[in-house]
Amino acid sequence: MKISYYPGCTLKTKAKNLESSALACLDALGVEYEELPRWNCCGAVYSLSDDDLIHLIAPVRDLIRVQEQGFDTVLTLCSMCYNTLARANELMKNDEVKRGTINDFMDEEPDYKGEIKVVHFLDFIRDEIGWDKLKANVKNPLNGMKLAPYYGCTLLRPGDVSIDKSNSPVVFEECMEALGAEIVKFPKAIECCGSYQVLGNPEAALKVSNDIITEATAFGAEAMALTCPLCDYNLGHRQEEMLKKYEGTKALPMFYFTQLMAVALGVDPENYNLDLNQAVSQEFLKGKNLLEKVST
Amino acid sequence: MTEVKAVEIKAKLIPIYIMGKKYEVPETLTIMKAIEYAGYQYIRGCGCRGGVCGACSTVYRKPGSYKIMSGLACQTVVEPEMYLTQIPFYPAIRSTYTFEKLTGKPEEVFDLYHELFRCVACNACSKVCPMDVEVMDYIAALKRGDIKAAAEISFDCIQCGLCASRCMGELPQYHIAQLARRINGRYLTPQAEHLKTMVANIEAGRYQESLTGLKVMDINMLKETYTAREMEPATGGEDWIPKENIGL
Repeated sequence: MKISYYPGCTLKTKAKNLESSALACLDALGVEYEELPRWNCCGAVYSLSDDDLIHLIAPVRDLIRVQEQGFDTVLTLCSMCYNTLARANELMKNDEVKRGTINDFMDEEPDYKGEIKVVHFLDFIRDEIGWDKLKANVKNPLNGMKLAPYYGCTLLRPGDVSIDKSNSPVVFEECMEALGAEIVKFPKAIECCGSYQVLGNPEAALKVSNDIITEATAFGAEAMALTCPLCDYNLGHRQEEMLKKYEGTKALPMFYFTQLMAVALGVDPENYNLDLNQAVSQEFLKGKNLLEKVST
Repeated sequence: MTEVKAVEIKAKLIPIYIMGKKYEVPETLTIMKAIEYAGYQYIRGCGCRGGVCGACSTVYRKPGSYKIMSGLACQTVVEPEMYLTQIPFYPAIRSTYTFEKLTGKPEEVFDLYHELFRCVACNACSKVCPMDVEVMDYIAALKRGDIKAAAEISFDCIQCGLCASRCMGELPQYHIAQLARRINGRYLTPQAEHLKTMVANIEAGRYQESLTGLKVMDINMLKETYTAREMEPATGGEDWIPKENIGL
């Protein structure tokens, strides 16, 4: 099996730990991938203005590149990229008038009608690998780790691009369970981390992030698994601010789910890139003897 | 004795429009020569006349097409009914930086050129580029911090500025690309070790004696020395080396 892979800009800079760990997992699972030879930023946020077609040019162009590459499915890792590409694809599939406008504008590209299937790493593992095979490849189970998978928004909403049931998803929990984690389900797992409000209203974003972390802790989590670089920024990189501002908040180790998968699959630790996580995260894995186990 | 007749060869005249005014010009001329043929004199907007300086960028349209075309006036041959305008310069802000203080991190480029992230991938820049540089692609590379790719994709850029003239995000693409190429050359490309040794040798005075010697020679002595210099023989093999191996 070979698949086209769209990384997204953040995975090449701030979130290298998401990309390097995920690709190492694909290698370990025997999935061949080929990064798009030409790609541009997806736009990161899907515009909610009904007639703002110019911001659809970037994601649609990327989908055309997948066709040029000769694939019919594209794999994404960043949940923002997933959302933007999948929604642009839905529009190209279903809205004949807007599709015409966009294709006319990009007169240097072949017409596109939404032929590409956009998948995220999580549903790709579920549908193409399966939990049983994933489980069979686990070398260092995350036994004893009380883990809270946090979805955020963009993998689940809106419903037509959700990788699972929008309001009661299980895909993330099932994946982490297959790796041997003890799952901590908590209601805010599908709520927003504050997202881009961190730019215009950082205090409000900090509050919702703090609520998520304190709730997960209250439900018994000792670590959290993430899918999105922006969630990692709000929940992980801003934790120091939270600890200062909110009494009673406890530091919660944060990982990209692919890092935990890489640990469980026993891939070379240099692919974890844990130095890009919070210090508390690295300490936590050491404490669980998961780093030592792998290197032996 | 056969009679030889002088044959007058005349190029066909075709109509072109220079800033909206119609002129009949020989069809064999470049845009630049056609504009001169029509009576204009270049004070600016003309540089090397060889297609590398980027001073004579021209935009034009042809009848029956909505397409904006572009070319270098010194390289592009006129076509009938061309509507031409010269754009010798386009204002684009170049950020100031102390190059020695940069370290080659993508964030430094982001800080100097925030506009990067206003790109919507419309591709108007690549479409207008007279050098066929994939401008949008190098901007995309920079957004993901791939300075090396940006430097390589933008290699043929002649800094004419047409990309900036068409950009809806108001980016000064060609200035950003220049920064990328500078960073690539200084920080991302492997440094040649032998060059460092050579520079150190020169600074230590390796050529001082022979240069001083040349300086005090009179003209005849200089000519003699020049004529008598050791040259690689035309039939010299691959393994030929000069007796006085001063250049290496």
